[in-house]
This record gives sequence, structure tokens and C-alpha cells, in this order.
Amino acid sequence: MEALLSLAVKAIFVENLALSFFLGMCTFIAVSKKISTAIGLGISVMIVQSITVPANNLILTYLLAPGALAWAGFGEVDLTFLGLISYIGVIAALVQILEMVLDKYFPPLYNALGIFLPLITVNCAILGGSLFMVERDYGFAESVTYGVSSGFGWALAITAMAGVREKLKYSDIPDGLQGLGITFITAGLMAMAFMSFSGVKL
Amino acid sequence: MGLRNFFDRIEPNFTKGGRWEKLFPVYEMVESFLYTPKTVTTAAPHARSYVDMKRIMTYVVIATIPCILMGLYNTGLQVNTAIGTYGASGWRAAIIEFLGIGFDPQNPIGNMVHGLLYFLPIYITTLVVGGIWEVLFATVRGHEVNEGFLVTSMLYALIVPVSIPLWQVALGISFGVVIGKEVFGGTGKNFLNPALTGRAFLYFAYPAYMSGDTIWTPVDGFSGATALSVSASQGFDQLAANGVTWMNAFIGTIQGSFGETSTLACLIGLAFLLITKIANWRLIVGCMAGMVGFSLLLNAIGSDSNPMFAMPWYWHLVTGGFAFGMVFMVTEPVSASHTNMGRYIYGALIGFMVVMIRVINPAFPEGMMLAILFGNVFAPLIDYFVVQANIKRRAKRHV
Repeated sequence: MEALLSLAVKAIFVENLALSFFLGMCTFIAVSKKISTAIGLGISVMIVQSITVPANNLILTYLLAPGALAWAGFGEVDLTFLGLISYIGVIAALVQILEMVLDKYFPPLYNALGIFLPLITVNCAILGGSLFMVERDYGFAESVTYGVSSGFGWALAITAMAGVREKLKYSDIPDGLQGLGITFITAGLMAMAFMSFSGVKL
Repeated sequence: MGLRNFFDRIEPNFTKGGRWEKLFPVYEMVESFLYTPKTVTTAAPHARSYVDMKRIMTYVVIATIPCILMGLYNTGLQVNTAIGTYGASGWRAAIIEFLGIGFDPQNPIGNMVHGLLYFLPIYITTLVVGGIWEVLFATVRGHEVNEGFLVTSMLYALIVPVSIPLWQVALGISFGVVIGKEVFGGTGKNFLNPALTGRAFLYFAYPAYMSGDTIWTPVDGFSGATALSVSASQGFDQLAANGVTWMNAFIGTIQGSFGETSTLACLIGLAFLLITKIANWRLIVGCMAGMVGFSLLLNAIGSDSNPMFAMPWYWHLVTGGFAFGMVFMVTEPVSASHTNMGRYIYGALIGFMVVMIRVINPAFPEGMMLAILFGNVFAPLIDYFVVQANIKRRAKRHV
């Protein structure tokens, strides 16, 4: 339990997907204009992340890993070369399902997210989460924890970013930096503040 | 009144249509530095108050005076003490010898002068380099050079280590002023504290110059750890063995950056800021509560491997930059939360983060700088949730 808890803290703060790995930057920068939208996107990334990482973990353990197909009588088969394409497939399917659910039950959020919801499919934070899970040999319980907490860390980062950007509406930014330029600078400065966690060992 | 007449005479050259129209910000800076600005708001709503931007900024600079004096004294004291063992060298020693003051650590005047010789080059570099950036941006972008820069440069000069090379001072203040403030449009438009942004930039870019045991007292061969790094490596109960008592740390005769060592001086500054209502007391209350609460919690949890867990809150208060940061940086109105409820939360977040970084993060012995930057990042978000909660509460009342 303690190990899982420290994994969670690590995934949220120390190894924040957005601000220390700079993953998922396209959505992080594009959808952080308003806090309410950012919270919505953050929650959907968190949901997608907490479903896809464990799901991919199951696929890895029972289908792809060397010897994983022993239950079907193919003990010597190693399908790990199919890893990338299977993870992307799982992510795409899950995002499609999430999109339909949101369309049906939360139309305002669906409209606010617009094109960015399908884009979660190719959000590198999501695929990155699954690949980290593979690389670090997480078990099932660990991948559930990692999925939820890394998604939460990303959501936290984008919400804070949206807060700062709402404040920056009242700023007087030089012409050449308006829009994307200042957003990149802001993201960099935020990453510097998040450095306060780097080095924490749990 | 000769000077006033002089200003009135040359003013038409700088106003619209004048010969040096582009240099108006420079003229305005010099004039409002010497005289009360005569510009008033022309459009409604009007609020009558004698507290304008110039007054606020000047008060903050005044509040740092105790810290400057203690910083000068302590720097001289540390250097003179070390010189007793390791010998003096360099141009500062030559000046001291020329003046015939001597290196006696018992002589407060000698300590002050020696401290001044370390402080002045840093402060002047900060003013000149930062000032050039300010004027450049003001002239090109047509806004005014603000007194806020005096505060930024003073705070920045007070939080760098004594031995810092001057080119790093210049680099740091450039980053702080340009990236931390001017790209957002100048004073009042930034979201991070500019002085701390510059300091943090240096900290990550040149860690060897910004942390360690040999940088706090620039005497060859001397090595003296700060109270926090002693506590982190040996446990805070070893502080007394290293010659640091609580009273030392409170008065400020310990190793550290210029302005941060003396908690007493910071508290005098705090009293001034609170009486003049420049600093908001809610931020202080929140910050203290966060720090005390979390350190008490860590004391209760305890740890066998990490001696920092046992550090009590009154030690956290007097060591490192906590007091200085709390008084002069947490209370900075621009980068803090703007709602009253938000101020408590923002302060508490910083107080919590300081203790967290000091105790749990082995990478950094001191956490005030990063804690405040972290708080700055979340300040707008805290405001947002406070406002939303208020809207919800009031909407419920009027169903």
C-alpha cells in the first residue's frame, strides 16, 4: 500500500507528465485558455489514462509478453513487437467510446472539448503513460495507480496553466509573443516552479 | 525650486511632439523619482488615496532597510571572522587596509564597511543591468519605468550569495526582469515574482555557484555550511555543535545570503509593512499556519533515517530564507492570490511546500524560493475556486 501511495505522489508531482516530461503539449497549450474547459479536458485525460494504462497492462501480460500466450498453447511466442500498435488501438477505441458517452450525457463538455477530444487519441501523455508502464514493468495494481495519478498530475498541470493564462488576459504582452509564444514561456516558467519536487525520493 | 523649474522647462521636449518624445519614460522615471507624480486618473471611478504605486514601492524598500543593515553587518562579521584564520586577500582587503579599519570581527563599523564592499558591487550591477532592460522596454513599448523595479532589484540583491560573480548577477537580473516581468507587460502584469525568477534561473543554471558550503563567506579556504544544510546532513540537534544557536539564527549571525539570515530584521520590516497595510496579514497568517502545521505533523510522524523530520517549527522559522521570503515575497500583491480566502490558502500552500522541500526533498536544502514560485503558479487557480465557491454560495441564497 505504501509503495502504491509513493508511486502516486511521484506520478503526480515528481514525474509530472506535462511539466517534467513535456508530454501532451499540443492539448496542454491549445485547450488551456479557460479554466472550466481545462478542468473538463483534464478529467477526460484522467479517465482515459486510468482506463488505458491498466487495459494495456492486461494486454501486455496476457497477449504480448514473451510466454504470455502459454494459456493458448503458444508458450514460445513473443509478440512484444506488436506493442505500439496494440496500445494505440486500445487508446483509440477507448477515446471513441468516451466521446460517445460524453456526447450523450454531457453535451456542454462535449461541445467545449470539440476537436480536442478525438485528439486525446494521439495525446502523447496517454501513449507515454502506457509506454512508461511497459518500460518500468508495472504490475496490474501499479498500473491502475499510475494511470489515475499520472492523469491527475496532467490535469493539475493544465488547470494551473489555464489559471495563469486567465490571469494573463490582463497582461500587456508584446505583439510578437501574443498567443503561443507567451504560452510556451509560461509553460517553461511553470516547469521551473515544479522543479521543487525534482529529487524527491519516496 | 531650481530643479523643479528645470524639469518644467525641459518637459515639452519629451511630451508628444517634442524632440525626444521616445525618451519620455526616462524623463518620467527621473521626475517621479524626485517628485510626487502629478498624474491623476481622468476616468471614473475615482478613489481618493495617498497610497499610490510610488508610495507602496518606496515603503517596501524602506522595510528592507533593517535586513540590509543586518546583512551588511553579518557579511562583514563572517568574512572578518574567517579572515582571522585564513588571511585576507583581494581588492576589498586592500581598501580596508587603506582605510585603516582592520579586520577585527568585534568592530561593528569595520564589519559594516567590509559588508558594504561586498554588497555594493552586486547591488550596483543589479541596478545598472536591470535598469537598462527596464528603460529599453519602457522606451520601445511606451509604458512608464516603474518604482517596482527598485523593489525587485533590492530583493534580488539581498537573496544572492555573497560570493556570486558579477556576470551571474547581471544574467540573473536580466532573466528576472525580461522573462519574469517585461514579456508580460511590466509591473503588475507578471505571474511570478521577478526577483525569485532570476534567482531560480541562476540556481538551476549554475548550481555550483549557488549552493554548497564555500559560497556563503568568500574567503579562500573557508568552508561554512548554512544552518539548513547542517540540519539536512547531520540533524538539526548538531547545529549547536556547529556554533549555531537559535538566538544566533534569530539575530542573523549565521551563514547565508545577504538579507535572509536575520529573522529579527525581517520581522521589523514585517511590522512596518503591516502597520502601513502594504502587506496583507492574511498571507502571513496562512504562511505561518502552513509551516507550523506541517512541521508539527512531520515531528509527530518522525523518521529514523531523515533527521530533518524532527526539526521543530521555530527552527524552520529562523533558518534559511523563510522569514525573508514570507515578509517580502509571499506578501507581494501581484503574484499572490487576490481574494481574502485565497490569501489564507495561498500562504498555507507556500508554508507547506517550504517544509516539504526542506524535509522530504534531499535535492534542495532550502525550499523558500521554489515554494513561493510554486505558490505563484497556483495563485490564480486558488482565486478561481474561491470566486466560484462564492458564486455558488450566493446563488443558493437566492433560489
